[in-house]
Amino acid sequence: MSSPEETFLLECGELLTSMEEALLQMEETPEDDAAINSIFRAAHTIKGTGGVFGYDDVESFTHIVENVLDKVRDKEISVDSNLIAVLLSCRDHMEILVTKAVADEAINSDDKEIDTNLRKELNSYLGVVETNDDETEAVSVEVGASADIENTGALVISDNWHISLRFDQEVLQNGMDPLSFMRYLQQIGTIVHVTTIFDDFPSLDEFDPELCYLGFEIAYSSEADKEEIEAVFEFVRDMCTLYILPPRAKIQHFSDVIQSLPEDEMRIGEILIASGVLTQHELDEALNSQSQECSDSDTCTPKPIGEVLVDKKVVHEEVINVALKKQNTTQANQSSAQTVLRVDADKLDSLINLVGELVISGATANMLANSSGDEILMESMSSMSHLVEEIRDNALNLRMVQIGETFNRFKRVVRDVSKELGKDIKLNINGAEAELDKTVVEKIGDPLMHLIRNSMDHGIESSEDRVAAGKDAQGNVWLNAFHDSGSIVIEVADDGKGLSRDKILAKAHEKGLIADGQALTDNEVFRLIFEAGFSTAEQVTNLSGRGVGMDVVRKNIEALRGSVDVAANEYGGTTVSIRLPLTLAIIDGFLVRVGDSSYVIPLDMVNECIELEKDESEENGMHGYINLRDEVLPYMRLRDYFKEPCTQKSNESIVVVKYGTNKAGFVVDELLGELQTVIKPMGKILQNVKGLSGATILGSGNVAIILDVPNLVQRATQTNVNVKLSSETTNVLH
Amino acid sequence: MIKVKNKKTGLCEVDLDGELTIYEAAPLKEELFKKMENSKGVSINLSNVSEMDTSCFQILMAAKRECDKREIEFTMNSHSPAVIEIMELYNMGSFFGDPVVL
Repeated sequence: MSSPEETFLLECGELLTSMEEALLQMEETPEDDAAINSIFRAAHTIKGTGGVFGYDDVESFTHIVENVLDKVRDKEISVDSNLIAVLLSCRDHMEILVTKAVADEAINSDDKEIDTNLRKELNSYLGVVETNDDETEAVSVEVGASADIENTGALVISDNWHISLRFDQEVLQNGMDPLSFMRYLQQIGTIVHVTTIFDDFPSLDEFDPELCYLGFEIAYSSEADKEEIEAVFEFVRDMCTLYILPPRAKIQHFSDVIQSLPEDEMRIGEILIASGVLTQHELDEALNSQSQECSDSDTCTPKPIGEVLVDKKVVHEEVINVALKKQNTTQANQSSAQTVLRVDADKLDSLINLVGELVISGATANMLANSSGDEILMESMSSMSHLVEEIRDNALNLRMVQIGETFNRFKRVVRDVSKELGKDIKLNINGAEAELDKTVVEKIGDPLMHLIRNSMDHGIESSEDRVAAGKDAQGNVWLNAFHDSGSIVIEVADDGKGLSRDKILAKAHEKGLIADGQALTDNEVFRLIFEAGFSTAEQVTNLSGRGVGMDVVRKNIEALRGSVDVAANEYGGTTVSIRLPLTLAIIDGFLVRVGDSSYVIPLDMVNECIELEKDESEENGMHGYINLRDEVLPYMRLRDYFKEPCTQKSNESIVVVKYGTNKAGFVVDELLGELQTVIKPMGKILQNVKGLSGATILGSGNVAIILDVPNLVQRATQTNVNVKLSSETTNVLH
Repeated sequence: MIKVKNKKTGLCEVDLDGELTIYEAAPLKEELFKKMENSKGVSINLSNVSEMDTSCFQILMAAKRECDKREIEFTMNSHSPAVIEIMELYNMGSFFGDPVVL
């Protein structure tokens, strides 16, 4: 992070990301000035800093992009989808150029071809509007003329900019060479005259070759505006003293500069005359007015500095506005920089691990305190448990990130894929602010990409077909995220033609996934698409249709302890819902006893606990149904399911759990209450046992099994369905 | 980086070559001024300088000033393109006063 090149690379990454977002934004709302400006700023900064570092490829390419963007900003080029496509490719190409330049790698022939093609396209945009150049020129001349009339004060005749530059001594040690700024100045204009100031040059004994003793007075001719010239020095801004005077500045302002420079006034004056900026007469006037100014200053009421500058016609009003805007954004950046801290993910993981251990040992201490019967100790332990709980929540929160960033990446994907497929498809995003664990976010990207591509390729019909079917020509893909009982649900929905039950059934028969004569509900049929090797697309495209996608999606999601389901939606299309646990490390659990063993049910899924009636418990075996407030609730006796020995007959309880839309009851021997549960993964041998999702260590040192509620709910509700099917669906939902 | 020859005439002839950047600046300064110490004139050949940055340019400036102070001759010859570039960008040709062959 320390070297300027790496900083440059990081900054470019951020700029390119914002450029992409702004381009997509602009595609939706072509008149969005904020978006255009943000793109322009990104390109401009990359060009400027690229130039300073001497990355010629980056600089020259971005320069053309910037020219085009400038015309866009001035409304000389209208925004259409073709332009956006070109600019998006330019963005990608800039990314390559920047990476290669920083890595000091040569550009390969493929990239060179892209480079040439893009340059051609960009130039064609510039070529079209070249006729307008005269017009703009005329305007600028007019402005210049009116400025002359308005100014009553004496003006310097010179048409050149004047740049006064004094470097700090440390500039060389910081890896910056004044030479590179001079070179860059030459690229955006012409250096008319340079005087190198070396008055500070020390005697031989004091001369340190690693310090810079030079300053420059530069007469400079360029079409660039003040902001652009200032940008040249952006990287040394805090390591130099810089004054930039526009052409035809007031003599007054020259005198201010002369006064503020460290060298003798007369010496600077001579230099200015030498470089053709001032005439002797103008210099005399400048030095005189300076002394006048000083005597006046006592009587003057102070004005805001910006106003004073504009009054004096020293800076154009727009320059001030830009400066103010820049100041505001820098302040905003600074405050966000102060509130956001980049932390190594490893450090965070080790913190979470330690908190996990703290929770476990806290539970042990708590239990010992309870068994000692010392009330004061118990009280202090309980307040400590409370604190541990808060620490746990906070530590876990550190890992939570909004899913929005992941979602936004798909805007570009949808855009590109719809171009590729020749369909008109819009991506709608809901619930981008929903938070979930960072590791989950990272791993969900690929499955989502598969699902979205599937929806676009197979789900949504071509525009003609859609119109023929009486739908809007533009297809829609939705990405929704919301929280639901301890999980986050991410939906990928489309309003396409939906899944064809008949086609899936025919294919399933062909692959031998189902037996003849099986009666399946629609949802059960749809779930078959997650089986390995299943694809009904008649045509295999390069996007999807090879039948390797959906079962990989399922596996990836199951690896995150999540589940995936598919259903028809109200738009006639398909909705794929992914249900994921919020966190992978520590959960609030509900501890129950079954036989001699302890089990943990994730608390978020527990709805309520009720007592099981005596007569009911004797009536049924392992499975049964009770009437819960006029609702049929299937239940499952965990003692039978896990084959726990029956130690004593006590009053059994039912824990009612909810997963998705399904509810079920688990019959347990005793309710032991809430428990902070640190999830430990199961060993390899136990990994394939259904119904268990992990284990945890209790305060007593005993192990408690964490129940895999989704799986068990499925079992409780579907016990009567055909055995083959149920094993398949549990595969799906495990 | 630096090669000194023919000290018999009391003239210090110096060949500079390679990349002269801030990394070489400190040793270059030390060596150059040590060689110059008792000489009756300094002549620097720049034909093989492939790169020159501000820090090394300043050393040449310091050497020129030192020679002026001691009232001995200081000349540079066979300027390489890299030297010509920095010389022109800084407009320092007249300071050194050497004929530059383009």
